[in-house]
Amino acid sequence: MPEKPKVAFYWCASCGGCEESVVDLAEDILMVVENVEIVFWPVAMDFKKKDVEAMPDGSIAACFLNGAIRTEEQEEMAHLLRRKSKVLIAYGACAHLGGIPALANQFSRERVMEWAYDKCPTVTNAKGTRPQVEFKDGARTATLPAFRNVVRALDQVVDVDYYIPGCAPTPKLLKDAVVALLSGKLPPKGTTLAPDIALCDECPRKSSKPTDVGFAEFRRPHMAEIDPNLCMLAQGFVCMGPATRGGCGALCLNGNMPCTGCFGPTSRVRDQGAKILSSICSSIAPKDEAGIDGVLEGIPDPVGTFYRYGLARCLLRRRVDIKDGAEVAAK
Amino acid sequence: MPETFEPRIVAFFCNWCTYTAADLAGVSRMRHAPNARIIRLMCSGRVDPQFILEAFARGADGVLIGGCHPNDCHYIEGNYKCLRRFRLLRRMLDDMGVEEKRCRLEWISASEGDKVKRVINEMVEQLKALGPLDLPGRFRDWDKEVAELEHAASAASAPCDCHAHKEEAAHA
Repeated sequence: MPEKPKVAFYWCASCGGCEESVVDLAEDILMVVENVEIVFWPVAMDFKKKDVEAMPDGSIAACFLNGAIRTEEQEEMAHLLRRKSKVLIAYGACAHLGGIPALANQFSRERVMEWAYDKCPTVTNAKGTRPQVEFKDGARTATLPAFRNVVRALDQVVDVDYYIPGCAPTPKLLKDAVVALLSGKLPPKGTTLAPDIALCDECPRKSSKPTDVGFAEFRRPHMAEIDPNLCMLAQGFVCMGPATRGGCGALCLNGNMPCTGCFGPTSRVRDQGAKILSSICSSIAPKDEAGIDGVLEGIPDPVGTFYRYGLARCLLRRRVDIKDGAEVAAK
Repeated sequence: MPETFEPRIVAFFCNWCTYTAADLAGVSRMRHAPNARIIRLMCSGRVDPQFILEAFARGADGVLIGGCHPNDCHYIEGNYKCLRRFRLLRRMLDDMGVEEKRCRLEWISASEGDKVKRVINEMVEQLKALGPLDLPGRFRDWDKEVAELEHAASAASAPCDCHAHKEEAAHA
């Protein structure tokens, strides 16, 4: 019997939801383990980094890597797994676009640390302890990986072959990808393994989307009762559907919540946030500055709204006026 | 900031009003600062916010949009669409640390060649005061922190063509 293709799963800056989505394959996971050999999956199986280092380069058929890249360790693992894998797949919104962790690209590293270890109301840290990359206690030295200034999507650090979008990806997308890998019928490199059409196309509310929305106000989901059948835009809720790739089965819309954009843009869009801003703003009803600004007050945080999952892949990548501290450059 | 800093402005002008005004400024032999690279579009409503972000990301210090006055749009509604996008985009740019003066929208009709001159001159002065935005340079700076590992890794394997590497090659 020929050797089964080897598969690895790894996580970087992520919440663990992507790992769960693998388990969410339910019975299908039996099909997966029957056909592939999992050689590395820290969340579920006991393999170490040295086991991966011992493998020949390119010996892993496919590595599904989720999570954004923030620390030196994550970078190192991304490089290692890139070298050991024939196909590297950015799995989930964080590896694909930076995801929620990339929202930290609005702040300096120092402000992130200050909040996490001092200012956050639930933190008690009287001594003002901060993590150090190196700590000596007598003869012993403890080390931590360096925390970078910028959160990056996986392909901003290593070469990526395919992308599986979603926060988290749906089990169907993963299953389709595994089937494609096993059959060897893979699309051209760089493809996002999901339909290349906006979410509106598969939205059950599509027929109620008005040709001209004409926003007189924007509402946020907690501010009003949401009609479960009417297009979100027609109700004045910011829905990322028009600028977001479909393939999720309109899960959020079926749960009566507007799309927040986790599948990222289609292949024809270069900047998801700019594109949805363009689409939504053009449909505002007023024509004068004061009227327009009044309506736009309903979107208090455009960056957090339009780049919720994609700030690392914004054309600007990050808040541009941050001066990175010298203490960081010195590592 | 070097004293010789000459700001680069990418100007998106609509075919029917502002571009014609720039033409008028030209044939009237008006002198204005040479810092604006004008891109003619059919309508200010065609200015996709992606164009503006891309102009900044590729090294523009300022972006100027010129369209027909309200009620004058050749396509009836285009300039209103532009205005609505611009109002939120500028707020978003502010949140991303791009100064307000770097992105400007002006209504300039076909007969207002002198306004083209005034607006471009004004903007050049303001951008000189602000200094270079130089996003390509900032991108390179940000990526220095990951370059070391990357070189170590690429020495261990075939050369990769990840984003940071391409950027570096493009500027080498």
